[in-house]
Amino acid sequence: MNALEVSGLNISYGEVKALSKVSLEVKEGSYLAIMGPNGGGKSTLLKAILGLVPYETGEVKIFGESPKKNRHLIGYVPQISGVDKDFPITVLEVVLLGAQNKGLSFFHSYSDKDKENAFILLDKVGLKGMEERRLSQLSGGEFQKLLIARALMVSPRILLLDEPTASIDPRSSQEIYELLGELNKEITIVLVTHNVLAISTCVKELACLNLSLVYHGVPTLNEEVVEKMYGCPVELVAHGVPHRVLKEHEEN
Amino acid sequence: MLNDFLSYAFLQNALIASVFTSIVAGIIGVIVVEKKMVMMAGGIAHASYGGVGLGYLLGFTPIIGAFIFALISAFGVGALKRKGGTDKDIIIGLFWSLGMSLGIIFIALMPGYPPNLSSYLFGNILAVTSEDLWLLGILTMLVIFLVFSLFNNWKAYLFDEEFASIKGGATVFLEYLLLFLIGITVVVLIRGVGIILCLSMLIAPAAAARLLFHKLGTRIIGAVALGLIFTLSGLVISYLGNMPSGGVIVVMSVLSYLFLYLATSRIFKERRNEG
Repeated sequence: MNALEVSGLNISYGEVKALSKVSLEVKEGSYLAIMGPNGGGKSTLLKAILGLVPYETGEVKIFGESPKKNRHLIGYVPQISGVDKDFPITVLEVVLLGAQNKGLSFFHSYSDKDKENAFILLDKVGLKGMEERRLSQLSGGEFQKLLIARALMVSPRILLLDEPTASIDPRSSQEIYELLGELNKEITIVLVTHNVLAISTCVKELACLNLSLVYHGVPTLNEEVVEKMYGCPVELVAHGVPHRVLKEHEEN
Repeated sequence: MLNDFLSYAFLQNALIASVFTSIVAGIIGVIVVEKKMVMMAGGIAHASYGGVGLGYLLGFTPIIGAFIFALISAFGVGALKRKGGTDKDIIIGLFWSLGMSLGIIFIALMPGYPPNLSSYLFGNILAVTSEDLWLLGILTMLVIFLVFSLFNNWKAYLFDEEFASIKGGATVFLEYLLLFLIGITVVVLIRGVGIILCLSMLIAPAAAARLLFHKLGTRIIGAVALGLIFTLSGLVISYLGNMPSGGVIVVMSVLSYLFLYLATSRIFKERRNEG
């Protein structure tokens, strides 16, 4: 069964085209990385899948239904830079927020089962014992793991992550990719990343996006794909990692 | 002095109004500060001056006019921000000056001598009437109910609006509800400290609580308690010194925040050095 189906997606911000005729199918159990240059439409695609941006034409389906209808099957992990680390909230409270899956709920309180689940998830992502810590006391890697734990509170069948290792040191990045690899045994994972090392060593599928989809297949980067993706000549220093994008004047 | 507070109705009214003011300013102040909407609140407060002027011109209670103008400007800013295409700061600035300008024009259009508007601009908690207290009491209860009954929704919305929206957290509704609550808060604070000074009454207790409390619930309770201390001490000092109550309350609030800021900075520095 397809966990995610995107067909003929066209999105513009005013007169600026953000996505052009993007079609993509992701099977259940996949571990897909979406890569591309800045402004290439990666985050827009992720937001469209989440139902956060309207699209002109096309369709998005999560397990055969609209994202809104199957909202409870989606786990979302934003970039840590977009979340306020000074907000007055503890680690445990953040995870519990993931259990809120309804609209307005008067006099809502978390059940014992929610709390138990939150403790289990914190243990699973390696944050056991940090339940009462403030966010400002966490490292970047710990904060990212916390946001993953929050996303897991609804037991999602597909996990969407926006640059999960941006601004995170290599050791923590490796831990996060190991965690995602472990989660992928049960959950479909789709992530947006610039991390070429992760693409070469962790993910099972790669999609390259530059307004339209230029590649979708096994995670092997060759010069042809990368040139198409970045729209300029490139030099691959080693197979897959790392690569160098040449500007036109460098070529000349 | 205690005898005065027990004997005079206007002092008792002022005391009760101080309690309402502190509760509303503490609750909404923390939300406004955490959501980084301080300038938005300032714009809404100043825009309400247009309603005060219209109230005087057409002969209805100016505070009702202030409430209507506060709501129009709050929802106007919210709708234009959501529509996109222009910067939030620009919209706030325009509503801010438009409301003040309309107030000036409406007052100028009044026949005869213009009224004394200083109690609306700078507040006069000692002039609060029993009718005012009923209005302040109802509005305060409404704020308490809408914030605490939806506390977990507010927490999700304030912490990560995008995530809350994906989870179906009715974020658009909460945004407009917050603007409505800011409108209510402005009306409550106008009686105490006035349009021009209400921004500091909204910010100072919340900012001071930010230095001391690290959970949203305790921060709100802390801001209410600190607001009470600032307002009551300001009220007593203004009464004893025969000074304008609004100004004294704001000076007390800001000075107390600065004192707490310096004290907590020093404590953190000493702890770091010990560590």
